[in-house]
Amino acid sequence: MTGAVVRMRAVQKVFGGGADQTHALDVIDLEIPKGAFVSLIGPSGCGKSTLLRLIGDLTQATGGTIEVNGKSAHRARLDRDYGIVFQSPVLFDWRTVERNVELPLEMSAIDRRARAERARAMLALVELSGSEKRYPWQLSGGMQQRVAIARALSFEPALLLMDEPFGALDEMTRERLNLELLGIWRKTGTTIVFVTHSIPEAVFLSTRVVVMSARPGRIIDVVEVDLPQPRNDLTREDERYFAFVTRVRERLRGGDSAQVAAKTRAAAM
Amino acid sequence: MSARLRYYGPAVLVFVGVLVLWEIVVSVFGIQQFLLPRPSAIAAAFAERFDELITVGRNTLVEAVGGLLIGGVAALAFAFATARWATASRALLPIAIAANSVPIIAFAPIMNNWFGILNPLSKMMVVAVLVFFPIMINTLRGLTLVDQTSLELMRSYAASERAVFAKVRVPNALPYIFTAVKVSATLSLIGAIVAEYFGGAQSVLGQFIITEAAFFRFANAWAAIVVASAVSVAFFLIILAIERVAIPWHASARTRDAS
Repeated sequence: MTGAVVRMRAVQKVFGGGADQTHALDVIDLEIPKGAFVSLIGPSGCGKSTLLRLIGDLTQATGGTIEVNGKSAHRARLDRDYGIVFQSPVLFDWRTVERNVELPLEMSAIDRRARAERARAMLALVELSGSEKRYPWQLSGGMQQRVAIARALSFEPALLLMDEPFGALDEMTRERLNLELLGIWRKTGTTIVFVTHSIPEAVFLSTRVVVMSARPGRIIDVVEVDLPQPRNDLTREDERYFAFVTRVRERLRGGDSAQVAAKTRAAAM
Repeated sequence: MSARLRYYGPAVLVFVGVLVLWEIVVSVFGIQQFLLPRPSAIAAAFAERFDELITVGRNTLVEAVGGLLIGGVAALAFAFATARWATASRALLPIAIAANSVPIIAFAPIMNNWFGILNPLSKMMVVAVLVFFPIMINTLRGLTLVDQTSLELMRSYAASERAVFAKVRVPNALPYIFTAVKVSATLSLIGAIVAEYFGGAQSVLGQFIITEAAFFRFANAWAAIVVASAVSVAFFLIILAIERVAIPWHASARTRDAS
């Protein structure tokens, strides 16, 4: 883990203007080291997705600086430094699974054969070999999300941004995909930023959990999850795993009172 | 095969039943043939004037297809331009919507005047104007009603506007376009025949119907209407077949057991 892939300094995000202003994010300082698996967790509306979108240059900060790979987030997007996976798979109905995975590769000058080869390798990585010629609507929700992951990784981005990617899946599929994602992370060494509202998921996956408060979103705590790697089903039964889950949960609960305290302080001044 | 029979059987039965009932009602109640000829009389008229009916049917179909092509190409060009350039959209769309409320068939005599009453182009232009709006507005809808997350995905790839158009907007619009063209196929035949009522070459469905009706040969007029319907259905089915080939991924073409 050398150097930071993401560096955020005093980042703020305000939506709207005048009386309708909403403070989504308030003074965020965050560093994400190379090769890390970082989860952003917090109550709904805390701005964790906004934070992810700021890193990905899908929205612009109102204040502060964001660096991705030592460049501005905008420059990093133009350089195709990150892959993104949304909560919905966003696969194109008119493309086969294979051609969906090839989509990002079509944006750069890669010849057709290399593209197909790459797509097949990526589909093998997410254990979907044999489904190349099928259409997205012929796949289950979990399989569709795996295609989306294969697509996001196909061009080997330095950074993988995932916005509640398993939020719409059932618990069992979700746990299986969590394991698969860890396998992919180990194999590729990609830095992953993962937004979730599931505490067990965050702890199980991450090397670092960023706990956020309700709006305006702030970072309450950064929990280093030093559970042994590689993690597996046994990890979920580890006592230390439960201790981490409890710690994150308490932090999330405490976040509300901390926020109230901060407001009271602000009012007193 | 038996599945097909089960699927189409009821419709065929109802169709035949209606014809039989029609035949019986006309003879039992002694309905005058100029009010409603018996199906058997229409069939006889059809057989007698077969060659002529085929010719007039073909001539009208040429007008309908020609008009649909002219109107369709213009509508696609218009929709692509308005979807691509916001300025074009602001400048052109209100005019197009206003123009759509004009009863287009009222232009038929003007078209005769512009393009020559005997020139099939005068009928084609009526059809073209008639099909322009539905195709244009549906195409525009397909190009612009794109899932926002798809656009963000393309943005994350730093995709150019052109790539977004080619890889997202156009494929997204294809089902809309086919729906509009299917509706317009029927519309184009209506437009062609009504335009023919305003005068022009004699060897077309509209003129055939007017002439036969004027001479009280109503069975012949009815036979021409049957031809018009058959042509319309055939036209629709051809476009349906093209759609199946062009967008096999679309929900309308999915087989029930595929998932």
